[in-house]
Amino acid sequence: MHPAAQERSPAKVVVTKIGLDGHDRGSRLVATFLRDAGMEVIYTGPWQSIPAVLAIAQEEDVDVIGISSLSTDHLIVPKLMAALREAGLGHIGVVVGGIVPDDEAALLAEAGVSQVFHPGSTRDEIVETVARLAREARAAHSEF
Amino acid sequence: MAVDTSSSKQLTLPGLDEARSRWREEYRAHMGNERPVRNRSGIEIAPLYTPKDWDSSRYMKALGFPGQAPTTRGIYPSMHRGRTWSQRQLIGYGTPRDYNRRLRELMASGVNAVSLIPCNSVYRGYDADEVEPELIGTCGVVVDTLDDMDACLDGIPIDRVSTAMNDPSPFTLLAFVLGVARRRGLPWGRITGTSNQSDYLSHFVANHMFFRLALPGARRVLIDQIRFCQEHVPNWNPLSVVGQHMQQAGATPAQAMAFTLSSAIQYAEDCIARGMEPDSFLPRFTFFFDISLSFFEEIAKFRAGRRIWHRITGERFGARDPRARRFKFHSQTSGVDLTRQLPLNNIARVAVQAMAGIFGGTQSLHTDSYDEALTTPTEAPSRVAINTQNILREEAHLDKVIDPLGGSYYIERLTDEMEAEIEKIIGDIDGQGGMYEAAERGVVQRMIGQSALEFQQKVESGDQTVVGVNAYRGEEAEAERLPSQRPAPGSVERYLAELASYRERRDQAAVTAARDALRRACGDKNENVFGRVVEAVEAGMTHGEVCGCLREELGFGMPLVVA
Repeated sequence: MHPAAQERSPAKVVVTKIGLDGHDRGSRLVATFLRDAGMEVIYTGPWQSIPAVLAIAQEEDVDVIGISSLSTDHLIVPKLMAALREAGLGHIGVVVGGIVPDDEAALLAEAGVSQVFHPGSTRDEIVETVARLAREARAAHSEF
Repeated sequence: MAVDTSSSKQLTLPGLDEARSRWREEYRAHMGNERPVRNRSGIEIAPLYTPKDWDSSRYMKALGFPGQAPTTRGIYPSMHRGRTWSQRQLIGYGTPRDYNRRLRELMASGVNAVSLIPCNSVYRGYDADEVEPELIGTCGVVVDTLDDMDACLDGIPIDRVSTAMNDPSPFTLLAFVLGVARRRGLPWGRITGTSNQSDYLSHFVANHMFFRLALPGARRVLIDQIRFCQEHVPNWNPLSVVGQHMQQAGATPAQAMAFTLSSAIQYAEDCIARGMEPDSFLPRFTFFFDISLSFFEEIAKFRAGRRIWHRITGERFGARDPRARRFKFHSQTSGVDLTRQLPLNNIARVAVQAMAGIFGGTQSLHTDSYDEALTTPTEAPSRVAINTQNILREEAHLDKVIDPLGGSYYIERLTDEMEAEIEKIIGDIDGQGGMYEAAERGVVQRMIGQSALEFQQKVESGDQTVVGVNAYRGEEAEAERLPSQRPAPGSVERYLAELASYRERRDQAAVTAARDALRRACGDKNENVFGRVVEAVEAGMTHGEVCGCLREELGFGMPLVVA
């Protein structure tokens, strides 16, 4: 992509849920907030598999993946991180939002998750972080 | 609107009008131009309610006596004084043995009814060996076989305590319980309890936790199960219509009550279309609601719901049996209102929510643990939640007076206004062709999403205070943070080995025959699919196998994505 075009095109984010849980209040709100902030949002709805998310990330050339986890689906996020790296998509920023216990948030950070948004996170915090991660992802990607 | 909320014309209390005008002037002088105050359902709340706002001459028509029409004050003559609400803590964690140990501990600490939350793999219609092993047993107990249910209920007198299970379509968990009862020589007529998550519409519009049957299949299997229970398990409640999911997903209290009643109307119509008599199936309809922190609004929501259901069962369905018109409900304190920040504050929130449920006349109550926003609830916080109920009942004596807020000008006025709002939304859903069609088209999902967004915007703007989040932020003590509980190392591997061995040991010919019978039932409208599910699990089919068979025969259903 031409650097100028990169500047102009909005950040591209996929908001999704992997694993078994279906509660989607948080993911729908976050998708709305990011869209209202001018980003291009692909909202998948719940019940996605890791390969499905990987395929969207690849085909749509996304900058950031947002995973919503309200029960314990965050426990398989490290698998998603490994799959992204293996597919050469390590530049994509990954954030997780929802109920993530402190001790397990540390494991997600180790696996390469950029940020965990716990309950009480604000719209501005989420929008700013995702925008920054998208810029970083594009910068990292254009180095290849 | 069925109830006249206009202020009394006849009321004459000497000096009232003059005193009221004087108060109004003094209030305005003090307050200046006040912004309207609205509750979560959008109803404007006045600073004071008086005999002008609720006419007590309407008492018999609008309230009556507990156990009598229109049941506003309660569905039983003695309510909590006669029989306290059931303390039904939802539990489910790890393997069947882990669950059984926990259940016995809870029953020793005051819990007087069994509840069972299955693992998300069970909800979604899979066996443990079909899903990511990291997820097994992390937010519910894994129950895939008849042996698993037998282990869960080991030592539990299932003919004497009621069993409520989060038992989504195709009700395999109930089938397992019936199989366990047969093993123990207990007649099915003595089995009592509820299939808590049988309301596929609420799963479809709100939390997407149901087994993946497409809507027409889900519709058929539910009515088959209601019919089967009527014939064979007469003391089981096959249906719990769930407003809790919708309110947790963002619906206002009035919307959640309206959508729930609209769903109940849909299910009743479906039962009637199948040739069942309202007086025969309605007594086994139950409801399940969320209790938010909006204290008075929740109490009014429950009172209004009771009155509307009493009217609907009579006017729409011609029910005559008083049992068919009782609005029996379980309630749970709202997890969405709890915070991750300063989690001990949640104990205060849960106590207030629980009081609203009790004053609202709940039949059974689950109080959330204060660590709900941190992790899957752990044991010590669950004990606090149970003791919150013990304190409210036995120290604060909240069970002693029936409908204690009845007659409050505010509560009665608010009950009328909530009723009008709920009726209006039910009318909107009727206009969409009923709840099934409104859900199928995403109408309800969009309304819920809009309400969730509006509430979140109030939190973002600070209009809605959330202590510890957007106001009164404080230092947290380390001790408030508890480590998450996960299944013991090795227990999931052992479970998977047992499941494999179960598949090996069973009578393969019986399993094949049961699977064929289940398939045939799916293709034959005159058969009862749920009856075949019961036979299938008794023959040795696993939960995932039953669901897999139905997925193939009745179609697979994904959530409707409404963003």
